[in-house]
Amino acid sequence: MAYEQSKSTSTASASADPALPPNAKKPAPVRPARVKRRMKAAQALMEVLVREGTTHFFGHPGGATLPMYDALYDFPQIKHYLVRHEQIGVHAASGYARVTGRPGVCTGTSGPGATNLVTGLTDAIMDSTPIVTITGQVASNWIGKDGFQEADITGMTIPVTKHNWLVQNEHNVASTVHEAFKLAMHGRQGPVLVDIPRDVFQREVEFDAEDLVSKHSYRAPSKPTVQALAAAAEAISNAKRPILYVGGGAISSNASKELFEFATKLGAPVAMTLMGKGAFPETHELAVGMLGMHGTACANYTMHNSDLIIALGARFDDRVTLKLDTFAPYAKVVHVEVDPAEVNKNRTADFPLHGDLNVVLQELTPLVRRPDTEAWWKQVSEWRQKHPLVYHQGDGAILPQFAIDTLYKMTKHRNPVVTTDVGQHQMWTAQFFKFDQPRKFITSGGLGTMGYGMPAAMGAQCGAPNDLVMCISGDGSFMQCVQTLMTASENNLPIKVFVMNNNHLGMVRQWQELFYQERYKSVHMPNQDLAKIAEAFGCVGMQARTPDEMERVFEKALAIENKPCVVDVFCDQEENCYPMWPSGTAIDAMIIDDPRYAKKLRMKN
Amino acid sequence: MKHTIIALVENEPGVLNRISSLFRRRGFNIESLTVCRTESPDYSRMTLVVDTSDTDAEQVQKQLAKIINVVDVQDVTHEPIVVRDAVLVKIKADAAARADVMTIAEIFNAKVVDVSPEELIIEAVGYESRVDAFLEMLKPKGIIEITRTGRIAMPRCGTPVRAMNNA
Repeated sequence: MAYEQSKSTSTASASADPALPPNAKKPAPVRPARVKRRMKAAQALMEVLVREGTTHFFGHPGGATLPMYDALYDFPQIKHYLVRHEQIGVHAASGYARVTGRPGVCTGTSGPGATNLVTGLTDAIMDSTPIVTITGQVASNWIGKDGFQEADITGMTIPVTKHNWLVQNEHNVASTVHEAFKLAMHGRQGPVLVDIPRDVFQREVEFDAEDLVSKHSYRAPSKPTVQALAAAAEAISNAKRPILYVGGGAISSNASKELFEFATKLGAPVAMTLMGKGAFPETHELAVGMLGMHGTACANYTMHNSDLIIALGARFDDRVTLKLDTFAPYAKVVHVEVDPAEVNKNRTADFPLHGDLNVVLQELTPLVRRPDTEAWWKQVSEWRQKHPLVYHQGDGAILPQFAIDTLYKMTKHRNPVVTTDVGQHQMWTAQFFKFDQPRKFITSGGLGTMGYGMPAAMGAQCGAPNDLVMCISGDGSFMQCVQTLMTASENNLPIKVFVMNNNHLGMVRQWQELFYQERYKSVHMPNQDLAKIAEAFGCVGMQARTPDEMERVFEKALAIENKPCVVDVFCDQEENCYPMWPSGTAIDAMIIDDPRYAKKLRMKN
Repeated sequence: MKHTIIALVENEPGVLNRISSLFRRRGFNIESLTVCRTESPDYSRMTLVVDTSDTDAEQVQKQLAKIINVVDVQDVTHEPIVVRDAVLVKIKADAAARADVMTIAEIFNAKVVDVSPEELIIEAVGYESRVDAFLEMLKPKGIIEITRTGRIAMPRCGTPVRAMNNA
């Protein structure tokens, strides 16, 4: 039913009349007439996507989503990226979301299209990445009958989404998608999924954007009480050995400015997790490096010996704590967290502060006094000096650390976005690539999804078209979503992929060497010509074979502007990633320097 | 220890699945779970009993609260509550044994709800330990089958009702 035409048009024309006295009361602004338009539910869905600001849509069509793609035909403002596997679409949406801070949007058809999304959704829930996923479903009358390409995707994704919906009433399509966007961004961000049967897409609805209401109200997260803030502030002000433990929540919450003020007022050491990198400038003198299994010795010692951990948007994950009952034994904990379920989950918080990090920090900073940390800094600086991150590049094969360090030095003035895959190269990138801004380092932290890097780079390039976007990958991960290159090249997305190719699944190889008596099994991958693969996909393929030529090759790659480029970096096959703090051990088990080099050095002396 | 948790949830298909999926995924063991309609057709009410540490019970509560169909969660273990468990028990009771069984039932305020020449069905309602004691007494007589509701709980009169206000 159409709304009545607004009756105030005459008043509106009067307001434009220059003859009106200047002090005449301004007439109320005229609202455009509200008209409910008849359209298919699929079209209403597109209208909502546009309203929610969707400009990039990553997906792969299929039978159940045909009506949606038909509607998409009339919405050129939504650019669709045809991925060659749905996993790539959901990772690309993740890269887009993490670089822009807005939800990424992706789609797959029913059945296999939908199940291919599951890895990416799991990745997103672990890393709190806001993603809206639309899946097609078989026609309503076939649901539950094991029809062709039917999969119970809402049932399957319950544990890996914040929420999901199977929309069986066409009149709920628009409002559900609207709510999906709200929920993805609300509180602790994360993925959501809307499953829509084929026939529901096709049914007619009356659409009015003004009518979009979400069923649940999403109120802003509560704030900590005055008493809780005061108690935490007192503990912070009196700490002798404080440390800021900064996680990905600081980036999700856009709290970098507030964090900088808080940290510099305290003058306390700042340690970041893999997910928190860049929330606070890593080149700042307060930054002590990354925490955890492959973090800096300095950051881990500082954490271990601290008397107050100020955890900001972090969740005491096993890759940071390694062994909970020996982790940071002298410390009390201030835990600022938007998700109440994270408080007391792994480590009991003495001062829990529930709320959005940037809001909490705004209230907390004025309440704290700068603690006396002179003696503490003396100790921390000693650790920092004693245990720098080192590598020993010789005349032989390129060391991955050398390649990454060189890339960092060559590109830092361009403030690049860097994505990674998962494994040794990821840890080396985390160690050697420093970020002074948030939303520049994009990696799969919680799930450790090999194959994440290139799709995420593609999504990031869509979200930041003017930025230099690089993916640092390994030869194992590169292959897992290699067909990303096709979508990137046909869309002229100039992502730069640097593959630390050591012909091995390097991290697995490292563990087999260290913990399985060098019984190497299924980790060797010889004879991959990655440059040729890249060329076949319409990208530029290059090789960097020796330390001497490496920088020249990198320079050429970085200058390419209209095409994706893959650089196959011929790396040392046996280099291991240190420091390494083995899982499930106490801090004294941390291996700081490569024992092989230590031995060589001893022999030299 | 046993924690009693009351949850008010939206009356929608799949909500029970979301909740049981959460318990499975997080490794919480459900001792008993009852779901029922409420005074409002839009909501169902659950009473959960979880045998776990206080820390885990806190996790249960917080994780439940994250499910968007869960409107309200309360751990009422340490609150003043009324707790009941109902049982139907079918028992062998021929003419010779019947009087004896019925005396036991009387002591426990239980009611005979069905009868045949050889069997009786008795219903009993009460605190779980009382129901347990009742069943223990009946055991030697030859229990054929039992069905129990599991714990249902309600805060005592005079305690503020928070659930519906948050809906």
